[in-house]
Amino acid sequence: MYVAVKGGERAIDNAHDWLAEERRGDPEVAELSLAQIREQMALAIHRVMAEGSLYDPDLAALAIKQSRGDLIEAIFLIRAYRTTLPRIGYSDPVETGSMICDRRISATFKDAPGGQVLGPTFDYTHRLLDFKLVADGEAPVADSAEPQTENIPRITDFLNRDGLIQTETPSDATPPDMTREPMEYPANRALRLQALTRGDEGFVLGMAYSTQRGYGRNHPFVGELRIGKVQVEMEIPELGFAIKIGEVTLTECETVNQFTGSKTEPPQFTRGYGLVFGQSERKAISMALVDRALRWKELGEDNMGAPAQDEEFVLSHSDNIQATGFLEHIKLPHYVDFQSELELIRKLRAEAMAATQKEAAE
Amino acid sequence: MTPLLSVSNIQKTYGHRIGCTGVNFDLYPGEVMGIVGESGSGKSTLLNCLAGHLEPDQGEVLFDTRAEGLRDTMTMSEPERRMLARTDWAFVHQNARDGLRMGVSAGGNVGERLMAVGARHYGNIREQAIDWLGRVEITEDRVDDRPSDFSGGMQQRLQIARNLVTGPRLVFMDEPTGGLDVSVQARLLDLLRGLVREMGLSAIIVTHDLAVVRLLADRLMVMKSGHLVESGLTDQVLDDPQHTYTQLLVSSVLQV
Amino acid sequence: MSDYNFAYLDEQTKRMIRRAILKGVAIPGYQVPFASREMPMPYGWGTGGVQVTAACLTPDDTLKVIDQGADDTTNAVSIRKFFENTAQVDVTECTQEASVIQTRHRIPEEPLTEDQILVYQVPIPEPLRFLEPRETETRKMHALEEYGLMHVKLYEDIARHGHIATSYAYPVKVEDRYVMDPSPIPKFDNPRLESAAIQLFGAGREQRIYAVPPYTKVVSLDFEDHPFEQMKAEQDCDLCGAGHTYLDEVIVNDQGGRMFVCSDTNYCATRCDAGHRGRLSPEEDAA
Repeated sequence: MYVAVKGGERAIDNAHDWLAEERRGDPEVAELSLAQIREQMALAIHRVMAEGSLYDPDLAALAIKQSRGDLIEAIFLIRAYRTTLPRIGYSDPVETGSMICDRRISATFKDAPGGQVLGPTFDYTHRLLDFKLVADGEAPVADSAEPQTENIPRITDFLNRDGLIQTETPSDATPPDMTREPMEYPANRALRLQALTRGDEGFVLGMAYSTQRGYGRNHPFVGELRIGKVQVEMEIPELGFAIKIGEVTLTECETVNQFTGSKTEPPQFTRGYGLVFGQSERKAISMALVDRALRWKELGEDNMGAPAQDEEFVLSHSDNIQATGFLEHIKLPHYVDFQSELELIRKLRAEAMAATQKEAAE
Repeated sequence: MTPLLSVSNIQKTYGHRIGCTGVNFDLYPGEVMGIVGESGSGKSTLLNCLAGHLEPDQGEVLFDTRAEGLRDTMTMSEPERRMLARTDWAFVHQNARDGLRMGVSAGGNVGERLMAVGARHYGNIREQAIDWLGRVEITEDRVDDRPSDFSGGMQQRLQIARNLVTGPRLVFMDEPTGGLDVSVQARLLDLLRGLVREMGLSAIIVTHDLAVVRLLADRLMVMKSGHLVESGLTDQVLDDPQHTYTQLLVSSVLQV
Repeated sequence: MSDYNFAYLDEQTKRMIRRAILKGVAIPGYQVPFASREMPMPYGWGTGGVQVTAACLTPDDTLKVIDQGADDTTNAVSIRKFFENTAQVDVTECTQEASVIQTRHRIPEEPLTEDQILVYQVPIPEPLRFLEPRETETRKMHALEEYGLMHVKLYEDIARHGHIATSYAYPVKVEDRYVMDPSPIPKFDNPRLESAAIQLFGAGREQRIYAVPPYTKVVSLDFEDHPFEQMKAEQDCDLCGAGHTYLDEVIVNDQGGRMFVCSDTNYCATRCDAGHRGRLSPEEDAA
């Protein structure tokens, strides 16, 4: 005897109970602490902050713990939390020129004032599993050097001084806030950069890679990559001046790209720009390449039909929370629409077969 | 009598290179204007500027609209221009693929403009489509086939049907016989001539082939390196060319 | 967790959504862009509907949430629980008792009244999306009423299959102006888009809200000689005997045996309670 399927609520509760058990794992094994995640999984934290659009390492650690290491799930938690936060105001734009750089490199010059500072990078490691890490060991200590005292000048400023690279004109215009307004195309550069910095790292990486392989090409050189802390300042109306409210770690990448000229201007190098929370090099460089690809129109270049040049394509599909939500929604019941399709296909097949039989009879 | 199209001072440059310059003419209802020249003469640039596909650096293109008389299409809003492109104007591309929906059947391609202006009876739309396919010599049994299944000549004829089904007043054609072999060209030209006369169309046809203008055009403009070097009645220009370049063009046509 | 505002969203956000709703009601069928918020459930799982419902709810409302016509499918349960927790409103499974109904992919069988709001969850608000992927282009097409392409698609269906081959999310024209996607309801439900209730459509991920005000003209697109047809399984409901409702097909045994049951579970249950019987209803017990 058919009984309508009921008990959805109980099923959900049970699923959540089991999930909690799985999340904890074997109770004999020590529980992860937020501090451990924050300290020893820093790059995961940085990715969650960047794509969650929320700078809070402890919250990111909590999200990673709760999501069992699924970073997109963690980013989702952060985004949902961010929605509930009240907006008090907007900071001043950060001054990356005064960054205290842990890492600062340039591919365009062998050396420059400020030097090539490698910082804590994986770049030259040999990717061999280090089995010493299987057991807890002594905490490694690196030697210290003299700290940076002055601002490190920008490589692109040297090029700019000789007029060799496009000048970026500063603007006082308030940039759009894509979390407060619906996305609209065409999008200006500020809006594109916003979307890219919080876009899925894998997607932006793939798009950037495509430009290097012939789907649109803009001859990128890493003019400068810098990673370090910058101060965040905010104007307080009651005080009438700006005060420091904190500091954040940022990765900034400026690329020097293919030169272009116009009817009135002699050739100049062009620019791409990437800026991301935390130590997120791959993302910052990818962002700069895609930023440059999307600038084809304002630079008077041809649209080669490359996916990375298609603004709507790149920006509509870069948000992994939107993407995974819609992708995974196909798990939800769709049996009502499927029923309609069944009815339609049965009808069409019946008609087709009746037609063949009629033909055969004639 | 008001000209249907009045063009003045069209100029388009690419850096230091001249696309086209110094073009002025009036086109009257029922007139066909040919624009000839070799590759690189600027004739396609000119056509695209007139049709609104390219923005010229300067110039006016006045069209005699049904509702508001002479309007400068350069200063029209995009919605107005799009409406014009769907009703009073038509554009036949050199490559038929650019002017067709390759993923839609022949009948759908022809019927689209009808549906865009409100036709809502499937049977009638299909009948009109079949009728038009017949007028461009495509048989009825091909009505549900996709253009990708057609030969080049058939695709071009389909493009013409798709463009003419709603009775536009002005047709732009860019090398309509380009890429087709000689006998196919001849049939197509004959077809075009018949349709133009029958429907009282005005047309601007760009071609490097003097035989096309001889057959179709009332008047002629000769372009060289972006400049207009000679213009006048087709027969006069072809039989008694004044400019040395025109003389060269006319004399280099193979006498077959 | 810290305290949430009534129905989760802050008042500023609700105000923004209500403005969008008002615009939508003023221009029936027109997709109003709105700044969709990230919600605690994933995009694609009803965030648009949830935001619209959250903006409409008052403490006196009675809420019903259905998915595929049923109150007890997991997503409906999840959303209903969300509002029970964040708004403490009364909830019900009974269509007639509800003042706000949030639905995924079905319109309730019971005709709605002027006192009710029906909120639809919409995955892809743009009816032209699969004919033209670019938003910049579809926006122009709506603005200029350039809907030829939509009819070309229907023409092609008839040329190929003899019928229009869309069975759900069947496009409609609203107030003779905008072509609208009614969300993935089966085309069987389309006639009920003309209703006494306010109908609101929320697409969170795509950031659009649209509306059909009460007693608005909604016409399913068709050709004069291929008119729109409601379509459903030929059978009657095996539980309540209804011959006029949309039915779910359920596979009941390994041999592929089937039964058909009203998709609208509340409607079916109400009919059964009133004494209606179907082919597979339990035998009447001796009292």
